[in-house]
Amino acid sequence: MSRRRSLGTTVALVVLVLVVGVALFGDFLTAYPYDQSNLLARNEPPVFLGGTWEHPLGTDRLGRDMVARLVVAIRISIGIAAVGTLISMMIGTSLGLLAARRGKAADDAVMGLVDLQAALPFIIIALAILAFFGRSLTIFIMLIGLYGWEVYARQVRGAALAARNQPYIEAARAVGITTGTIYRRHILPNISNVIIVQATLNFPQAILLETGLSFLGLGIQPPLTSLGQLLGEGRDSLASSWWVAVIPGTVIFLTTLAVSLLGDALRDRLDPTLRR
Amino acid sequence: MTSRFLVRKLLRLLLTLWAAVTLVFVVLRLSGDPIVALVPADLPDAIIDQYRERLGLTGSILEQYGAYLSGVLRGDFGYSFRTAGPAWDVVASRVSATLLLGGAAMALAILVGIPAGIAAAHWHNRAGDRVIMTGAVFGYAMPNFFFGILLILLFTLNLQWLPSGGMGGFSHLIMPTLTLGLASAGAFARFTRSSLLEVLGAGYMRTARAKGLSLRRQMLVHALRGALVPLTTLLGFTIGALIAGAVVTETVFAWPGVGRLLVVSVSERDLAVVQLIVILAAATMAFANLAVDLAYGWLDPRIGQERRSQRAGP
Repeated sequence: MSRRRSLGTTVALVVLVLVVGVALFGDFLTAYPYDQSNLLARNEPPVFLGGTWEHPLGTDRLGRDMVARLVVAIRISIGIAAVGTLISMMIGTSLGLLAARRGKAADDAVMGLVDLQAALPFIIIALAILAFFGRSLTIFIMLIGLYGWEVYARQVRGAALAARNQPYIEAARAVGITTGTIYRRHILPNISNVIIVQATLNFPQAILLETGLSFLGLGIQPPLTSLGQLLGEGRDSLASSWWVAVIPGTVIFLTTLAVSLLGDALRDRLDPTLRR
Repeated sequence: MTSRFLVRKLLRLLLTLWAAVTLVFVVLRLSGDPIVALVPADLPDAIIDQYRERLGLTGSILEQYGAYLSGVLRGDFGYSFRTAGPAWDVVASRVSATLLLGGAAMALAILVGIPAGIAAAHWHNRAGDRVIMTGAVFGYAMPNFFFGILLILLFTLNLQWLPSGGMGGFSHLIMPTLTLGLASAGAFARFTRSSLLEVLGAGYMRTARAKGLSLRRQMLVHALRGALVPLTTLLGFTIGALIAGAVVTETVFAWPGVGRLLVVSVSERDLAVVQLIVILAAATMAFANLAVDLAYGWLDPRIGQERRSQRAGP
């Protein structure tokens, strides 16, 4: 197996490091607060379109600095997608292990829930919950955290059932290790590849779900902002300042593209049977 | 195809529909007293009680559930408080727009995606394959709402060729169809390619080559036939997700369909309409799954005989 990184993977890695770097340390990039409007500096173009270095990425129609807004938006979008991915990983992994371990009743219950979840596209469920329970940041993060749990559950259950018949588990059982410890200390580490691979698939989708809902005006609410919310605002001023929409849109596109490419590379490395 | 297979699939369909209808009921009740969300808060109590009566919100939770189920069976889904008319009428007036856009997008996805997938499989691991697959990955990572906005920037604001939104002549249909269709074209291309690659190594394909059949005949008649089952899965999934897929695109282009109605109803908390659209989305998905199961039995007679049909999600 070749350990040489392809050009695409390298570029993707650079993009991801940049995006995460901006999310963590972006405050140094600008002196302006992200929500401070300046009516004397509205719709200023970015520096590459003839603007000034005062606002390197221009300003929106309220004169807010786009660099400052973009930094906060990246932080919120990446943060929510990361937290959401972690939550659904934990829910799905716990339920998957439960289904594998606790006998037929638990298995049927969990797999029934999985089927129910799969009976409706998630965005419909998300919209219904937002309608019924109203919009709040907590509910929104929980929604992103619910997204994709059923895929983890199915995969973890399958992998755990397969691992259970391996000789090393029999050996562990033979020396008297309890079932709980076997699952925690032996099966879970051995199926962690499955979970990590699924997380690399789930994370870009979580970004797209968050940005999509925020774009529709149903996710992150102003004055807070996210990449999708920023793009949604930019849509209303396309004619006067198109960069307000195109810059966050490009960031979303490049981030999901980078994570998908890295996920592919990681999958090839972790799972030799998938190599093409 | 055995009749037991058919009966089991129909039962499954009914069960799914019942589960979706019940889920909506339970979730709505979990969110608090639905009357608070369903009528304006400043009404006098007497009128609120009238609404309770009218919306079937009196009596115990079981009685309410019974009233709700019988209403659903009679086609009574309550009233939209945005228009004051029956929720059913509000949603029904939007269905044809969604069907038109969904149908056009599906046609585009198939016409672009399947030939692209065939070409990629044919040129496996060569430049053509890489170009097509790179396009598919880009399509996967490109969010609908951003692609739509880029189209508006180019064709409406820059070139001034196409209207930015609304429904009217053919020109209104172009950009929404491109946005929705190209997104699934990528998925169709990937699916076609990977299932063709599996088939191309099969014995009957070697026979077809050995017989000296033309490349076109090998691909279209022999290889594609073997790839039809996974493609049917994807097709069914795309049809089943018709409403979900339309949510964002319809909003970007102000297309007066069910998806945009859902977004507006969610943001104004018009719960009767939301509830009906959720049930409609579940029904679409359930019927699409049934159609896929029946198509499997017809495409590959072995499947109808098996105890459990296997289905791989895309």
